[in-house]
Amino acid sequence: MSEKLVLRGGRVVDPSQTLDGVRDVLLVDGSVVAVEASLEAPEDARVVDCSGQVVCPGLIDVHVHLREPGEEHKETIATGAAAAAAGGFTSICAMPNTDPPIDDPATVGFVAAQGRAAGLTRVYPVGCISVGRAGERLALVGEMVGEGAVAITDDGSPVMDSGLMRLALEYAQAFGIPVADHPEDLGLSANGHMNEGIVSARLGLSGKPNASEDIHIVRDLLLAELTGGHIHLQHVSTRFGVESIRMAKERGVRVTAEASPHHLVLTHEAVDGYRTEAKMNPPLRAQEDVDAVRAGLADGTLDTIATDHAPHHYDEKEAAFADAPNGVVGLETALGIVLTRVVGEGVIDLPTMVERMSCQPARAFGLPGGSLEPGRPADVTVFDPEREWTVDPSSFKSKSGNTPFAGWSLKGQATMTIVGGRVVWSG
Amino acid sequence: MSAPPPPLGKDLVGLENLSADQIRAILDTAEPFKEISERRIKKVPVLRGKTIVNLFFEASTRTRISFEFAEKRLSADTVNIASTGSSVVKGETLVDTARNLEAMRIDMVVMRHGASGAARFLADRIPSSVINAGDGWHEHPTQGLLDLLTIRDHMGRIEGLKVCIVGDILHSRVARSNIYGLRALGAEVAVCGPRTLMPPVPEELGCVVFSHVEEAIEWADALNVLRLQLERMEGGYVPSLREYNRIWGVSTQRLEAAQKEVLILHPGPMNRGVEIDSDVADGPHSVILNQVTNGVAVRMAVLYLLAGGQPEKAEAAKQGGEA
Repeated sequence: MSEKLVLRGGRVVDPSQTLDGVRDVLLVDGSVVAVEASLEAPEDARVVDCSGQVVCPGLIDVHVHLREPGEEHKETIATGAAAAAAGGFTSICAMPNTDPPIDDPATVGFVAAQGRAAGLTRVYPVGCISVGRAGERLALVGEMVGEGAVAITDDGSPVMDSGLMRLALEYAQAFGIPVADHPEDLGLSANGHMNEGIVSARLGLSGKPNASEDIHIVRDLLLAELTGGHIHLQHVSTRFGVESIRMAKERGVRVTAEASPHHLVLTHEAVDGYRTEAKMNPPLRAQEDVDAVRAGLADGTLDTIATDHAPHHYDEKEAAFADAPNGVVGLETALGIVLTRVVGEGVIDLPTMVERMSCQPARAFGLPGGSLEPGRPADVTVFDPEREWTVDPSSFKSKSGNTPFAGWSLKGQATMTIVGGRVVWSG
Repeated sequence: MSAPPPPLGKDLVGLENLSADQIRAILDTAEPFKEISERRIKKVPVLRGKTIVNLFFEASTRTRISFEFAEKRLSADTVNIASTGSSVVKGETLVDTARNLEAMRIDMVVMRHGASGAARFLADRIPSSVINAGDGWHEHPTQGLLDLLTIRDHMGRIEGLKVCIVGDILHSRVARSNIYGLRALGAEVAVCGPRTLMPPVPEELGCVVFSHVEEAIEWADALNVLRLQLERMEGGYVPSLREYNRIWGVSTQRLEAAQKEVLILHPGPMNRGVEIDSDVADGPHSVILNQVTNGVAVRMAVLYLLAGGQPEKAEAAKQGGEA
């Protein structure tokens, strides 16, 4: 028996086909079948009234930490997928800095299988660049891709050895996957706990200077240019980093790059009072950096919004600032934050948001979603751009509630998340 | 008529967020308490029945003993917990340690901890008063206060004075408390030392910056010379202690070249012959031991005020009343 779903009368925003208007969407057996001004619903179809809602290709987050295997007290693949579904995401990419790390085909296969078993948002494994994330020699990249890895990264740590990064950028080309890097020169930043600047000076915390990120961004751009490989720069947070990527794109370097919601709306002032829920890496920076990240998102220099969802148990964040781990959760707040504080403040318009949160991440990581063209997978996000809500970590589907946005009043929230034609979340 | 609000609030975490009036109130309250330590029987019942825990996660001799004398001379019941020999080393978290102490119904905690922000962390989580006895590189407010009191004793004022802090500013909680306290009371503050030991953007902390100690001496009415910790050399911030002494050491020769009197403070413990030469430390303008004496009075004042005492009643309280 075929499953049919009609999304009736929503504002369909799909930049992949330059579409923005009231349409009906017909999903049959896991695929998009039609997007038209007025569809006759098949008799056996479930019809959902979407008037007043936005209907878009399912949101994709190419940067999440699901903590499984090894740190299941923080998150599991199933709880992370549930959080993603509740946040409106239909696909997420799981970072490999687990314990053990996702650095071999068996572990990649395990993550993919756990994702399928959860049966919610699609979970795509990302493999390590180096064996054990040790930064010494290449992991089994080809075999990991064979098991479903869609990219490689040593995220959480940078690849300090430029020679190894060169090899990764060369070797990955055979498989058509991006090499994602967490750009950070540890020689400048290893002891740092926050952005280096006036706030770190006041609080007496050691800092990570912008230069620690800038150096590796520039290095990675040079290596991508040298090799012709695809570098994907994660969580770009600095003004010079944005400017460097902009110049590289103009030169034709194959680079894609992320902006994280927290780097789009918060400065290092959020750390004041030693707020560990505002501790992440790269750290929250100065206002001029936030302005640059916003400008980069607007002009496409930063082409992807990714959350860097990084759950931690409350015990771990309930500590002196230097002792607390880096990271904030983001899956369940990203859409609301971006709608309220980025789109709402005129940095980008709604179609550009969909481009940055769905179409482009699908292209960059070679994922099947990112478009509502007929024939594409029926991965759809429906959200209410006007719904007002307050961030309450205790209501999160994620196992963890480490967010700097607790108590924020936001406007805009996912109301229905559809994966392969199946409603995996509605609320 | 309701009681006036406690002049400092619940805690003393740092000087950054205190007003000039609050800082002056502490210094003024310390004045009458100075005399207690000069008596034959050094004890008044101001804090009788109060329980105070001295919780030291880092080694400290001078600060811990100074607090303990202040507490005992005010008749508080005190318990000392050092990081060795307590559950601290067994992996208990700071929050659990705090909750356990709280469960024993205490009134105040005096805490030293290696992490910046630890005092704020504790203060936010327990109803008892928390006094920061040094948290990481952040603040050491009672040290800042005793430095202010000592400067005021000898110069008659703080406002308009030029005070330069010399040495490792980056890693110094003493420096931060001095910068905030001195500036609140209207002093001009400078910092001097190698750039490797300066915090980022010291100018934005409101400080004049000197690279050369000779210029700092020329400028200053008072120098607060900080200890150069051996770890800084091991960490590569300065190439050698000898070189540090040659370039940034406060020596009689440098002071004489300035041809003026400069008050010399040092929070201790001193490295004689590194950041300060012995003849300066022992010289006529050194008030280093006055600082130590004032430390007890300032800590008595802080304990009294956090226990709910009013500055103007300190003299009376000392004669036998309770806070």
